[in-house]
Amino acid sequence: MSEQHSKPDNSKMITRLLASVVLMFAFGFALVPLYEKFCEVTGFNGRTNNSAAAGSDGNLVDTTRLVTIEFHTRVNRGLPWEFSSEVRRLQVHPGETTTVNFTASNHTNRDMTGQALPSVAPGEAAPYLLKTECFCFQNQPLAAGDTAVMPMQFYVDPDIPNHIRTFTLSYMMYDMTEAAAQGRVVVDTSE
Amino acid sequence: MSTVVDTHHEHDDHHDHKPTGIKRWLFTTNHKDIGSLYLLFSFLMFFAGGTMALVIRAELFQPGMQIVDPHFFNQMTTMHGLIMVFGAVMPAFTGLANWMIPMMIGAPDMALPRMNNWSFWILPFAFIIMLSSMLMPGGGPAFGWTFYAPLSTTYSTDSTALFVFAIHIMGISSIMGAINVIVTIMNMRAPGMTYMRMPLFVWTWFITAFLLIAVMPVLAGVVTMVLTDKYFATSFFDAAGGGDPVLFQHLFWFFGHPEVYIMILPSFGIVSAIIPAFARKPLFGYASMVYATAAIAGLSFLVWAHHMFTTGMPVFASLFFMYMTMLIAVPTGVKIFNWVSTMWRGSMTFEPPMLFALAFVILFTIGGFSGIMLAITPVDFQYHDTYFVVAHFHYVLVSGAVFSIMAAAYYWLPKWSGFMPDEGLAKLHFWCSVISVNILFFPMHFVGLAGMPRRIPDYALQFADINAIVSVGAFLFGFSQLIFLAVVVKCMAKKGQAAVAKPWEGAEGLEWDVPSPAPYHTFDTPPKIEAPIR
Repeated sequence: MSEQHSKPDNSKMITRLLASVVLMFAFGFALVPLYEKFCEVTGFNGRTNNSAAAGSDGNLVDTTRLVTIEFHTRVNRGLPWEFSSEVRRLQVHPGETTTVNFTASNHTNRDMTGQALPSVAPGEAAPYLLKTECFCFQNQPLAAGDTAVMPMQFYVDPDIPNHIRTFTLSYMMYDMTEAAAQGRVVVDTSE
Repeated sequence: MSTVVDTHHEHDDHHDHKPTGIKRWLFTTNHKDIGSLYLLFSFLMFFAGGTMALVIRAELFQPGMQIVDPHFFNQMTTMHGLIMVFGAVMPAFTGLANWMIPMMIGAPDMALPRMNNWSFWILPFAFIIMLSSMLMPGGGPAFGWTFYAPLSTTYSTDSTALFVFAIHIMGISSIMGAINVIVTIMNMRAPGMTYMRMPLFVWTWFITAFLLIAVMPVLAGVVTMVLTDKYFATSFFDAAGGGDPVLFQHLFWFFGHPEVYIMILPSFGIVSAIIPAFARKPLFGYASMVYATAAIAGLSFLVWAHHMFTTGMPVFASLFFMYMTMLIAVPTGVKIFNWVSTMWRGSMTFEPPMLFALAFVILFTIGGFSGIMLAITPVDFQYHDTYFVVAHFHYVLVSGAVFSIMAAAYYWLPKWSGFMPDEGLAKLHFWCSVISVNILFFPMHFVGLAGMPRRIPDYALQFADINAIVSVGAFLFGFSQLIFLAVVVKCMAKKGQAAVAKPWEGAEGLEWDVPSPAPYHTFDTPPKIEAPIR
């Protein structure tokens, strides 16, 4: 009876299909770094480059236009800290290096560690915000009851498109006390 | 593997030999037995998920908290979605594939019968795990069937681990089923059954199987990331650790959008079998149907972010996903046009399968239209996460996918059971269902447009009247399904009018060449196909 079907090789096809399954499973995980890279290049998720940029070439300051930056600070749910910026709004020329101070206070009676993570809206502006120095490059240990003034030095890339007149830089402060204690200190490692 | 395929040929001299009792069902490798198991399992899950829907609608009958607490309500919306998607609709289609694909292509069985047995029998365990997680302290999954991070990571209870494993098992089951379908269709077609002679149900399932293989592993990856984020200190979706919660939505919907086509493409195949049978005309535009199905499947990978317009995407991305989504209306429109053209000047009769198929065409089109409305990025900001979305996907999934499964059941029950479904009861079931499903889902459009959010146990007073109507529709629809149960039980009990080999005058296809009920083994000698069978 078995000659009725000209038996094509099932096992070969099964191997191929199983290989596609494994491949797609791996693809799901590969999407994580791909997404990160994509966001870094396009500013898609508003994440700024969280490592120090080279200083601005003072000659390239574009004095013909001004860009407004709005600062926004928040603490994550459950973190009893106060976190604010000294200015809410700032107008800068592209290329001009500016320093803004942020203040964080630990209102608890225990030593804690925080980590501020930046986000820029619209995301399109994110690649043009270049920080030469920022508290957000490391985590911020704060002893019980302490207050720290934390500087951020930055300039706006003169290549920023003309239609971006205003953007918002938002910092969310996360509680990293536990992670720091376990040695899982997390600083954004994206280059 | 080929030795497994061989085992059936030895049975040839004693054709209907099979083990009896529970062993027959536990160890069966017969595609008809496994098809029946899948269909009965999905029927059970349909009632389980339906009961949860009625808990939801009972709570929403009036504003204020009446019956359940909000956390339990959230578990109900979550479990209702998961059970209907993974427990009712997908296994029902796999059951239909098991029963019909070998008979439609003239094969003696599925290509991988032993794996077929596995892919069914791991399913009940997956659902036992998932349902029993509701008995854990803190309750079961309550983050919606979409399990967005951080709801499923930071804010979920420990039952999440069980949820993840249950999804893994369901995924493995679906993948095995899909591999089986592909190998069967590619290797076991009868001589002369060329690809472009295959019935459309076979074609649509063939394409669906490839979608399953492409996206179920991605779902497995996402739930694994949720598991490690929650228990093993990874930060895929945790912003504090350098991850991104929006990434979850990208990964989930990369699976999720092809998934919704997995739940509708086989429906297209069913309707393409039934409408020609009862219009007594060959299907209009067979080839365009095949290409349209393939086009829908291809486009389904390029539209996922239309679920995420409100996450703050750049305008360019919003526009891309908006246009891609609208493009899907073109191949879908081709299909609807072909069905209508098939009926045009046909000699139509309105037996129960045809009634459900017609309701499918009309109501699915309504769901398609609300889909186009949702695709428009600027207005989606208003519709997002409202009852308008709920109305949309219930039109395409209940009066779409579920109606097509019912149409399929009425169409092929004579072949499965050897008895005609009780026509009076079936028509009663149809009219009760089609009226109540519209009372249930149509008014949801209005409360949605007026701003009522989905997944909430309580709502503002101005939505009270419409919610009361919707709840009445829900109970009518739910209890109407007991009529369907009665029809199926009657056929299974071998009561009623005995069916002939081809009970529907205009039906075409190899499945009608074998007697009713279909013998345990069919097409041990493959038929020779001379002319296209549509």
